[in-house]
Amino acid sequence: MGVKRPRTQRGERSDRDLYMKFLREMLLIRLFEEKAAQMYGLRKIGGFCHLYIGQEAVAVGSIAAIDLSKDYVVTAYRDHGHALACGMDPKVVMAELFGKVTGCSRGKGGSMHMFDVEKHFLGGNGIVGAQIPVGTGVAFAQKYQGTGGVTLVYFGDGAIHQGAFHEALNMAKIWELPVVYVCENNQWGMGTFWKKVSAVADLYKLGAAYDIPGVQVDGMDVRAVYEATGEAVSRAREGQPVLIEARTYRYKGHSMSDPAKYRTREELEEYKRQDPIGRLKTFMEEEGLLDEETFRSLYDEIQREVEEAVAFAEQSEEPALHTMYEDVYAGEDAIWRS
Amino acid sequence: MARDERVFLMGEEVGEYDGAYKVSRGLLVKYGPKRVIDTPISELGFTGIGIGAAIAGLRPVVEWMTHNFAILAMDQVINNAAKMRHMSGGQLKVPIVFRGPNGPAEYLSSQHSQSLAAFWMHVPGLKVVAPATPYDAKGLLKSAIRDDDPVVMLEAELMYAWEGEVPEEEYLVPIGKADIKRPGKDVSVITYSKPLKVVMEAAKVLEERGVDVEVVDLRSLRPLDTETIFSSVRKTHRAVVVDEAWPMCGPASFVAWAVGKACFDDLDAQVEIVTSEDVPMPYNHTLELAVQSSVEKVVAAVSRVLYLE
Ligand SMILES: Cc1ncc(C[n+]2csc(CCOP(=O)(O)OP(=O)(O)O)c2C)c(N)n1
Repeated sequence: MGVKRPRTQRGERSDRDLYMKFLREMLLIRLFEEKAAQMYGLRKIGGFCHLYIGQEAVAVGSIAAIDLSKDYVVTAYRDHGHALACGMDPKVVMAELFGKVTGCSRGKGGSMHMFDVEKHFLGGNGIVGAQIPVGTGVAFAQKYQGTGGVTLVYFGDGAIHQGAFHEALNMAKIWELPVVYVCENNQWGMGTFWKKVSAVADLYKLGAAYDIPGVQVDGMDVRAVYEATGEAVSRAREGQPVLIEARTYRYKGHSMSDPAKYRTREELEEYKRQDPIGRLKTFMEEEGLLDEETFRSLYDEIQREVEEAVAFAEQSEEPALHTMYEDVYAGEDAIWRS
Repeated sequence: MARDERVFLMGEEVGEYDGAYKVSRGLLVKYGPKRVIDTPISELGFTGIGIGAAIAGLRPVVEWMTHNFAILAMDQVINNAAKMRHMSGGQLKVPIVFRGPNGPAEYLSSQHSQSLAAFWMHVPGLKVVAPATPYDAKGLLKSAIRDDDPVVMLEAELMYAWEGEVPEEEYLVPIGKADIKRPGKDVSVITYSKPLKVVMEAAKVLEERGVDVEVVDLRSLRPLDTETIFSSVRKTHRAVVVDEAWPMCGPASFVAWAVGKACFDDLDAQVEIVTSEDVPMPYNHTLELAVQSSVEKVVAAVSRVLYLE
């Protein structure tokens, strides 16, 4: 395949609903994450908290291209954005960040381990690259059961060098699994620039070794991501796995404890000028699909939704001590106690 | 590194980032990129490359960002590093150090907060050390680098913030020697790594109740200094082993069995163990504290072996 440019240069009125959905979801992720950062500062949230700010177009554009009644999403620890784009309730996501029993993982998972089986969102994996074979296995089950579904598997530019990626792609190809791999190349794996640790600079080419087509897409452009994923998903449904490399950028440090001193302010500013939300907004305004007032009221509405999520998390109960023994095995407690 | 050209460090973020936990701060500037090497995130790959370099004459120090991620490299460590000397009938040696943070951290849930000591301690051919003080860390690391066998070093993640006396000058802490961190006569509390702090606090609490605790810091899990352990138990007649790993097949359960067997006639009570609860670590802070060994749990175990309750 190769490098993708967005096909539709001009928006059409009929697309307005779709663009509004993009805008709403990207804004929800942005405002939710900004709130999460604030709550982290207040120590309401602890541990590693990897923010997705800057990358919203990738999750939103790609997840919009699938059908979550039969398709699945699997990702790593930078997972708040994918969780919300899959339609998870912001209250339940925030409560998980607060470690409350009302969180999606009953306070046992935290930031890195969001799961919502009903919404077809299967995590939330903290081990770099580990979700790639797991997601491939979900696709295996879909094919086995003949559901017609596909799985989107997300990972970073750092994860692509794990053996897990290479082993999974090989099997996805030989078994013709309905899977789309989305490499979110935000250019940094912690403090390591992707070109320094990759034998090839264009990560989408790494599928070639397994005869898996690769596509590169502008990950700051939600419409481009949507289109590219749509095409990849139709191929995957036919048994052709596809690798998408979305070029994107994270505005924040790797996690809340990383001041990101390894990159320049200019680099960051350059990507902020291509902000996915700003770009879609400008595009919609130019096409006459959005005015400032509509945008403002959307913004306020989402802001309220995020406030409600925080209030819900604040007011929720802590998990009771005995719950530590629960969820380890399917049946009775089989825990060793001396 | 200054002493031996063959020593080099490699791992994720060890160079330009100065170490994810800043353990290698300044080393890149001092020794250059030939000897301080940033790797891709490929634990199995770079660990195996380290092992290959070791059998070909170098002395690698491989940093795992944490032991949680070393699980990906276990095949190389267990099947290659630990066995090459034996499989080759003694022709090969594997002088390599694997090191990085281990054990429970805070608010990190189950994949990022676990003590994996038992996994390494289980394997013949490996040496395993776990310092509990900055002083021991320096001395043990130097011994590990000079050792001709593969040494796994467990550095408790939350201990990086701890402070303590570390002499500038050269000294070594021998591998395989336990250390009495507090002499006492009523009960031996045997531990290693981060739980030492909990144990020392418990000893203070118990002192106020008239109980004189001897604290044995293992420092080395393999080889295990049974001489020091057993002579302490023969003196006090009671033993509690404290560990932050899980109870089944863990360091504490092994040490407790060894004490039970060797000191059977000297013991006035069954040996107790205090370990992590037998569950994956939850994210919620209240739960995660309840899962771990604590001063209260140690005091209770000591009280049981002294029949105080
Ligand atoms: C196996 C493993 N090794 C190391 C880590 C520590 N770690 C967490 S995230 C990360 C960087 C990953 O970068 P990338 O895959 O590009 O994803 P991004 O964080 O940029 O989304 C590292 C090294 C880990 N979690 N798992």
